[in-house]
Amino acid sequence: MSEFLQFVFSGLTVGAVYALVALGFTIIYNASSVVNFAQGEFVMLGGMATVFIFDAGVPIWGAAALAILLTATIGILLNKLAIEPARGASVVNLIIITIGASIFLRGLAQIVFDKQIHRFPAFSGDTPFNIAGATLLPQSIWVLFGAAAVFIGLYAFFTRTLMGKAVLATANNRLAARLVGINTNFIMALSFALSAAVGATAGVLVTPITLTSYDIGVMLALKGFAAAMLGGMGNPFGALVGGLLIGLIEATTAGYLSSDYKDAAAFIVILLTLFVMPQGLFGQKSMERV
Amino acid sequence: MLSVNGLRTRYGRIEVLHGIDLEVHSGEIVTLVGANGAGKTTLLRCLSGIQPVTEGTIHFRGDNITTAPSYARVKQGLVQAPEGRQIFTNLSVEENLRLGAYQYRDARVDKDLQEAFALFPILREKRNLPAGGLSGGQQQMLAIARALMGRPMCLLLDEPSLGLAPILVDQILETVKSLKELDVTVFVVEQNAFAALSIADRGYVMETGQILMAAPANDLLADDRVREAYLGV
Ligand SMILES: Nc1ncnc2c1ncn2[C@@H]1O[C@H](COP(=O)(O)OP(=O)(O)O)[C@@H](O)[C@H]1O
Ligand SMILES: [Mg+2]
Repeated sequence: MSEFLQFVFSGLTVGAVYALVALGFTIIYNASSVVNFAQGEFVMLGGMATVFIFDAGVPIWGAAALAILLTATIGILLNKLAIEPARGASVVNLIIITIGASIFLRGLAQIVFDKQIHRFPAFSGDTPFNIAGATLLPQSIWVLFGAAAVFIGLYAFFTRTLMGKAVLATANNRLAARLVGINTNFIMALSFALSAAVGATAGVLVTPITLTSYDIGVMLALKGFAAAMLGGMGNPFGALVGGLLIGLIEATTAGYLSSDYKDAAAFIVILLTLFVMPQGLFGQKSMERV
Repeated sequence: MLSVNGLRTRYGRIEVLHGIDLEVHSGEIVTLVGANGAGKTTLLRCLSGIQPVTEGTIHFRGDNITTAPSYARVKQGLVQAPEGRQIFTNLSVEENLRLGAYQYRDARVDKDLQEAFALFPILREKRNLPAGGLSGGQQQMLAIARALMGRPMCLLLDEPSLGLAPILVDQILETVKSLKELDVTVFVVEQNAFAALSIADRGYVMETGQILMAAPANDLLADDRVREAYLGV
C-alpha cells in the first residue's frame, strides 16, 4: 500500500509537469492549429535560465521570474521569426518548422549555457514528509499547487477577460476576429508568450526534483504530446487529466515492471489513443476551450 | 465619407478588381449589385483591410486608409458584417456581441448591448447560448448586431439576405433602412438586387471587377438593362 502511494506521489508530480507541457500545446494549438514541438524546450529554458541567473547571485524568486519572462520572449520570437512568415503554409509544414525551432533552441542552449546537468535548491528544503509510509518532497507540493495555480489562472483569463475571449475568438474564426477589430497578430504573439511562460513555469517548479540539462525538452515534448492526445488535443481539461494519467501510468510501470519501460509507456499511450479513440478522452468539440 | 479611387487587387496572378471608383456619402444607403463572382466580396475585403490593394486608394473620413491594418479601420468607424455571417460559433451570443465592441471598454458597451437586444429581441432570449446553434436568420441578425457594437460610422454589409426566407429578407432590410435614424451610413452588397436597391439612395452595378453603372437607386430599378440582368424581369 505504502509502495503504491509512493508511485502515486511521484506519478502526480511528473504528471503535473506533463500537464503543463500539454497545456502549452493546447494554447498554441487552439490559436493556430499548430502542434508546437518546441514546447519541451520552453521547459528546459525555464529551468536552465533560472539556474544560471540564480548562480549569478539573483535570489531564486527573481531568477525564476526573469527566466519565465525570458522564455516568454523567446516564444514571441519563435512566432515572429518562424511561424508568422510561414502563414498560409500547411499544418504539416508548420509542425516541421517547430521541430526545426526545437533543434535550434537546444543547440543555442548548449552554447549559451553548457552540456552539464544542473539544479537549484528546492524552494522549501529537501526534508520529505512522511505520509502513510510514503515520502513526499516539499517541492512536489510546489509542483502540484503551482500547476493548479497556472491552470486556474489560465481558466480565469480565458473565461473572464475580454482579451482571453479575443484569443478564443481568433482561434474560432480569424477573419471575423479581424473584422471586429482584434489585432490577430498580437493575439498570436500573446498565445506563444503564454504557452512559453507556462512551459518555463513547469521547468522552474520541477528542476529541483528532476534536474535539468539542455536536452530534456525532447522527452518532455513527447510526454506532453501524449498527454494532450490522450486528453483530446485542444481541450485544457483533457491536457490536465491526460498529463496526470501519463505521469501515473509511467510511475506505476516503472515501479511494478521496470524503469526501463517507463518511457515506452507514453509511446504506447500515443499509439493506443490513435488506434482506439483518436479524439482522446474529452473529444475535440468541447465548448470549454482554452 | 468613403471614397475609393482606381482600386485594383489580385489573387495570386489573377487580377479581380480592375480599377474601382466609388463614393459613399455621409447618411446614405448605397447598394452595390452584381452577379456571383463579380468581385463584390473582394471589394469589401479590400475596404476592411483583409485583402491587400495593388493599386489605387481608399479614403475614409478624409484619411487615406489604403494600407491601414483592419483593427485601425474598425476603430475609425468602418465596420463590416461579412458574407456568410462569420460569427464565433463556439462563443455565446452575448460574447459575440461584446467582442464586436472589442476596442471599447467604457460604459457605452452595456448600453449598446441593450440597444442591440432591443433591435433583435431573439438575441436577448438566446444571449447565453452558443452562437453556432442559432438559425441562419438569427446568425445574420447577430452578425449585424455585432457590427453595430463596433460603433460604425459606415457599416459594410455583404449579402445580408443570402440564404434567408423572403420574410426574413424583408425584416433584415427594414432594419438596415432603420439604421439611417441611428446616423449610420450603409454600404450594402447584394445579389438580391431588387430588395437591396429598394431601400437604397444610390446604387452601383458591378460586373467582372468593374463598375458598369452608377445612378440613383430608383433609376437603376427602372433601367431596362438592370431589370433584365439583375432583377429577372
Ligand atoms: N480566395 C480567393 N482566391 C482566389 N480567387 C478568389 C478568391 N476569392 C474570390 N476569388 C475569385 O475572385 C472573383 C471575385 O469573387 P468575389 O469577390 O467573391 O465575388 P462576389 O462576392 O461578387 O460573388 C471570382 O472570380 C472568384 O472566383
Ligand atoms: Mg460575395
